[in-house]
Amino acid sequence: MDKPLTHTTDFFEDGSLESGKMMGRSLVNRLLTALCIVLSFAAMIPLGSILYLVVKNGLPLLSPSVFTSLPPAAGMTGGGFGNAVVGTCIMVGLGLAMSVLPAVLAAIFICEYSPNGRLAGAVRFVAKLLTGIPSIICGVFAFAAVVTVTGEFSALAGGVALAVLMLPTILLTSEQALLGVQKAYREASYGLGATRFQTIFRVVLPDALPAILTGVMLAVARAAGETAPLIFTALFSQFWMSSLMEPTASLSVLIYNFSTMPFEYQVKMAWTASLVLVCLVTAVNVTAQLVFAKKH
Amino acid sequence: MSMAGIEGMHDAVARRWPDFFQWLCRAASLAVVGVLLWIFWEIFQQAAPALDKLGLGFLSGASWQPNRDRYGVLPFLVGTGATALIALLLAFPPGLAIAIFLSEDFLPRPVRQCIRFVVELLAAIPSVVYGLWGIFVVIPIVQSLGTWVSERSGGFPLFAGPAYGNSLLTAGIVLALMVLPTITAISRAALVAVPRVLREGAYALGATRWETILGVILPTAAPGVVAATILALGRAMGETMAVAMLIGNSPRLSASLFAPSGTLASLLANQFGEAEGMQVSALMYAALLLVALTLLVNFGGELVLRYTERRTAGIR
Repeated sequence: MDKPLTHTTDFFEDGSLESGKMMGRSLVNRLLTALCIVLSFAAMIPLGSILYLVVKNGLPLLSPSVFTSLPPAAGMTGGGFGNAVVGTCIMVGLGLAMSVLPAVLAAIFICEYSPNGRLAGAVRFVAKLLTGIPSIICGVFAFAAVVTVTGEFSALAGGVALAVLMLPTILLTSEQALLGVQKAYREASYGLGATRFQTIFRVVLPDALPAILTGVMLAVARAAGETAPLIFTALFSQFWMSSLMEPTASLSVLIYNFSTMPFEYQVKMAWTASLVLVCLVTAVNVTAQLVFAKKH
Repeated sequence: MSMAGIEGMHDAVARRWPDFFQWLCRAASLAVVGVLLWIFWEIFQQAAPALDKLGLGFLSGASWQPNRDRYGVLPFLVGTGATALIALLLAFPPGLAIAIFLSEDFLPRPVRQCIRFVVELLAAIPSVVYGLWGIFVVIPIVQSLGTWVSERSGGFPLFAGPAYGNSLLTAGIVLALMVLPTITAISRAALVAVPRVLREGAYALGATRWETILGVILPTAAPGVVAATILALGRAMGETMAVAMLIGNSPRLSASLFAPSGTLASLLANQFGEAEGMQVSALMYAALLLVALTLLVNFGGELVLRYTERRTAGIR
């Protein structure tokens, strides 16, 4: 875009190349471009540093046995975080089980049944508000609604907290997915005599499914990395979980607990757990993008 | 019962399905609205004893001592505001620069795609990992920088020593990284939404690229950039784990950037697990404040965003 412009100026000024003023202007232009590029690349440095350190400090302890053994007690060495991996998976699964159906059904309601109704407006508004709520508030809510009622920290409470966290994400991405289905498809379906129900199930949902799945996976990736909703709902445990109603370990809480311990081995283990967590989250994220990319 | 009878029943059920499904969708929608109300009700319910006993004095009280049953949330309110402000000041220039960079054609498309991917990756890294990285990278840097600055600042309150690594500044720096993707993504959307005719008009009048960006594109996209900043503020205020790991969690009020402090979210993260009785209620009160503040900020951001959309729609 830049070059043709200078050419025309040159042309008008009859080949006398750039006057002093023009030179000043293009100098400012170059300086600002350089500044912009420098600032952009400067922002990449911390990310590079994070990834480098996670890999460098996390790799030494990474072995298959960390996935099958229990965390070491304070000051001890050896062991791993098998129970935390299981705990994270189970709590994210619980959260997903509780949130995915209401979220997708509500999205269908606000897109297909009554897009302009009062309830649809309220649902959109609430979903937006819920996405803005800090994740720790989900934990506070689950503490009040589950922990104080059952009287103990549990995987169930952690699952409830994660469900509240995932609900608005899945709802809003599902809405976008449904909106992305072309209007012509629906009209063609109605034109062939299909009912609304048939149109939703046979035409709209199959077409929107990859995008809905992407939203679900993004929500899963986010929930897997969250710590705040779990620290005082699921708490932590040194042991394998045996029921949903007992304190449960998770990768993110393990990182939090171990990172502040004064023992070198525990800190190393926190890095290794970070490596596993970052890989897990990135893998889910990338898969989500691929699922969506396949459709388009 | 005859075959026809069974099939008839089957048909009747099948015919009901659509109604049933619609009813189910409506119920799910009501449930979603219900969840928000339920959250408020639960927190409010548990905060009630503290609301009764402490009233508005909770907001202006400067000491938080659970063992003496004294609860004042002012230091944490100040900490929340200060860390969020530092984060925004640090994240805004690079955030906007990347947004401009991604919406212009300075470099070929693959390079821009790559940078966009990196920024999205920044958003995907879990908060605890930022915290862990902050402990080992940012804390030592801030500590030595703080010591150096505080020795030369002549007791200026903002830079007063002794400099701790666990400090307001450390939390602010890491928060800045965490809100950068928010600022970039929303600003970029606003910049891309600026109608092409405006840009072409500016070029036709002989403006250089940056004269076009500063004189035409940014002013048009300004509300969107403001919205991005407000939404980033909301995120910074609610961010918990990284802050809880880096800020030092001190309930003391201090003007220094290098002193330990606390935010509402870090207070909750630290004390909820072991709290009992009145302390739980006081923490619920603090949670209520946090929800109210973030909702207010996000609501403002959303309003500005909507205004932007209407405005650019008008130009087209």
